[in-house]
Amino acid sequence: MTAPTPIPTLDRRDVLAVLFPKPDDTLFISGLAGSARDTAGLTGDGANLFTMAGTMGAAVPMGLGLALSAPKAQVAVITGDGEMLMNVGALATVATMAPKNLSIVCIDNGCHGETGGQPGHTAMNTDLALMAKGAGLASVMTANTADDLAAGAKFLIEAAAPRLLVVRVTDGPPTAFVRNLDPAECRLRFRQATLGGG
Amino acid sequence: MSKPDKNAWSSQLFNDLIEGGVSLFTYVPDSGNARLIEIANSSNQAQTVLLTSEEEGVAVCAGADLVGKRGILCMQSSGVGNCPNFLSLVKGGRFPVLMMVSMRGDYGEQNPWQYPMGQAVEPILHALGVLTFRVETPDDLKPATDAALAAAFSGGHGAAFILSQKFLGAKPFPKAAPAPKTQ
Repeated sequence: MTAPTPIPTLDRRDVLAVLFPKPDDTLFISGLAGSARDTAGLTGDGANLFTMAGTMGAAVPMGLGLALSAPKAQVAVITGDGEMLMNVGALATVATMAPKNLSIVCIDNGCHGETGGQPGHTAMNTDLALMAKGAGLASVMTANTADDLAAGAKFLIEAAAPRLLVVRVTDGPPTAFVRNLDPAECRLRFRQATLGGG
Repeated sequence: MSKPDKNAWSSQLFNDLIEGGVSLFTYVPDSGNARLIEIANSSNQAQTVLLTSEEEGVAVCAGADLVGKRGILCMQSSGVGNCPNFLSLVKGGRFPVLMMVSMRGDYGEQNPWQYPMGQAVEPILHALGVLTFRVETPDDLKPATDAALAAAFSGGHGAAFILSQKFLGAKPFPKAAPAPKTQ
């Protein structure tokens, strides 16, 4: 028997500001729905962020492509438990490529918040951190409390990459932030910021 | 017509892709891309990414594009069936994703499981706005590769060049035993 899983207490809206006190220093990819709103809130929907509002499961591999192609930048993927599980094999791809500049933060609310809060697998028997360990990521950590979250901020800087931080949160709403939903505009915005051209 | 030499066309293709600025080779292993990936692995101008599922390659290439790098997704025709939702990045986001599809389920295929997806490759790609360029003979390869490179990286489209089984040769299967008599 494994130890009982602590009941989540963290509010997702407070998480990213603790983990990324200087968001301008990072290139962000976020998955759809809640994690996109939280990350858009963190960066003011900045040009250093590409959020999705579809393509569920694409956040981790897109972050991998970015990390491999911008080895001098720090890249962070912000995703949710449902999004990551939809393409969980990508963790093996990340582990094999082992980029030294990639962090993944999974905001795990144990449910599909965008579609009505239906329970997800992590509310049952599934442990994403263990799956990531099994995939072979260099560093994996789970945060359940505010103290864990402070340690998580350190983990994202100091632990060997690629790294995954699973942050278990309550099933409350994400950050209220209205972001640009046009993927073509957001692509050009990102490229102009990083390349200085279209 | 004899089968074209895989070493030769894979080398030519690799050189064309490098000349076209492609440096990131994402792939799910297939007999049709095996030699190309070996060549990429031994080159210091290319990086290869082994995928667990083809859709990942669409997203990896899109991530690379965000900082101006060019990638390609190399896959068997069956893998196209794993990609459609992620191809929203191509049609909606105008990410220039380049693909190489090595066909099963067309000329000379002996595995019945390969036909449904093989025959759906182009309808699926076209439905998601991906342009396709077919390679039936060795002479088709360079023009199709160049057309796909242009459509992707100058035209801002998804683009695939499709290596048919006429070009690749159909996979040989042992001769089947006579079918059992059924009622």
